[in-house]
Amino acid sequence: MAALVDASAVDGLRRLSGGASRETWSFTADGRRLILRRDPPGSTKGGMLMEAALLRAAADGGVPVPEVVAAGDDWIVMEHVDGQTIARKILRDDEYAAARPRLARQCGGILAALHRIRLDVTPLDEPEPLDTWRETLDTLGQPHPAFELAFRWLAENRPASTRRAVVHGDFRNGNFIVGPDGVRAILDWELAHIGDPIEDLGWLCVNAWRFGVRNKPVGGFGEYDELVTAYEGAGGGTVDRDALLWWETLGTLKWGIMCIVQATAHTSGAIRSVELAAIGRRVCENEWDLMQMLPGAP
Amino acid sequence: MPDAAALVEAVREFLERDVMTSTEGRVQFHTRVAVNVLRMVEREINLGPDQVVRHADGLVRLGVADDAQLAAAIREGRLDDRMDEVRASVTETVRQKLLVANPKYLED
Repeated sequence: MAALVDASAVDGLRRLSGGASRETWSFTADGRRLILRRDPPGSTKGGMLMEAALLRAAADGGVPVPEVVAAGDDWIVMEHVDGQTIARKILRDDEYAAARPRLARQCGGILAALHRIRLDVTPLDEPEPLDTWRETLDTLGQPHPAFELAFRWLAENRPASTRRAVVHGDFRNGNFIVGPDGVRAILDWELAHIGDPIEDLGWLCVNAWRFGVRNKPVGGFGEYDELVTAYEGAGGGTVDRDALLWWETLGTLKWGIMCIVQATAHTSGAIRSVELAAIGRRVCENEWDLMQMLPGAP
Repeated sequence: MPDAAALVEAVREFLERDVMTSTEGRVQFHTRVAVNVLRMVEREINLGPDQVVRHADGLVRLGVADDAQLAAAIREGRLDDRMDEVRASVTETVRQKLLVANPKYLED
């Protein structure tokens, strides 16, 4: 480790909680606080060089991210950024009371900068969003009539995509480091891809990421207008509100399908866990949200 | 003799009173999850039998045998002329699932 980060002394190595698919370790190298993220031994997903390239390009473009110190295919070392990532605390603790009213606008500005990252900084997939999730649900083999109603509406009301951009793919409350002053770093770039940039704005507004603060559609901390105005004002391009709603609806469906995927990890025996089993019963929350969102709801 | 619901309740109370207070971190978090899961089981024992009957009635009214057939009919557009009815039926099914899984979700 010391050689990897070009340091003479490494101490205080400890594993942090959080991150189901990747391990996160905290340590100090020559007095500098650093973070190691790596694939667990034996289950290499790789792609960390892609993440490092994106983080560096993001930093160059003014997106707040931890500085990359060194990286390999299945590990990355970054500077430690002080602050809070637990969404419920960000939304409720007094320490962040002054930051909360600023977060939606900050996210708008950050996303505008993020969507200016050059498309060729690293090879990225360009998935077809509806087909991808249609196939995932079909593979799982569980019938969900509410999801079928959502797929129908999404297919019939798809907005014309006007731009291609680097999309973060998981830009939401819980993946930001927040301090009393506001957003300090955007984390978890592993789902980045090429796509319609409005996807990131819609995902940020999905009800699950409001963590119970439902009357604040942007991450549980802000209003649509704040996000959109800041995004457009920072040169992100015009946001069509129908397109934003379409992406939020797809995001709600997507999270519902992701909950089934997680519960299936338990039921299939791959990872036996009471937590994953319980997530299987959260799918109906997404079904409910979709039934409320689809036009013609009673 | 305690019935199934009473046994589940007894286990839940044991987790809440004894296990929660003598654990921390990851185990305490998973104990909290387990307590919530047992609450779901208690609600399903109470509400489940009635829900199964009502769900089956709803499917019969739409002319399908199960959720798989309903999902396929929606997907293929075979129920498009009864969309209001389909929507009301699906919403009611989801509401019933939430009454078991997380009734608070319906209150907000």
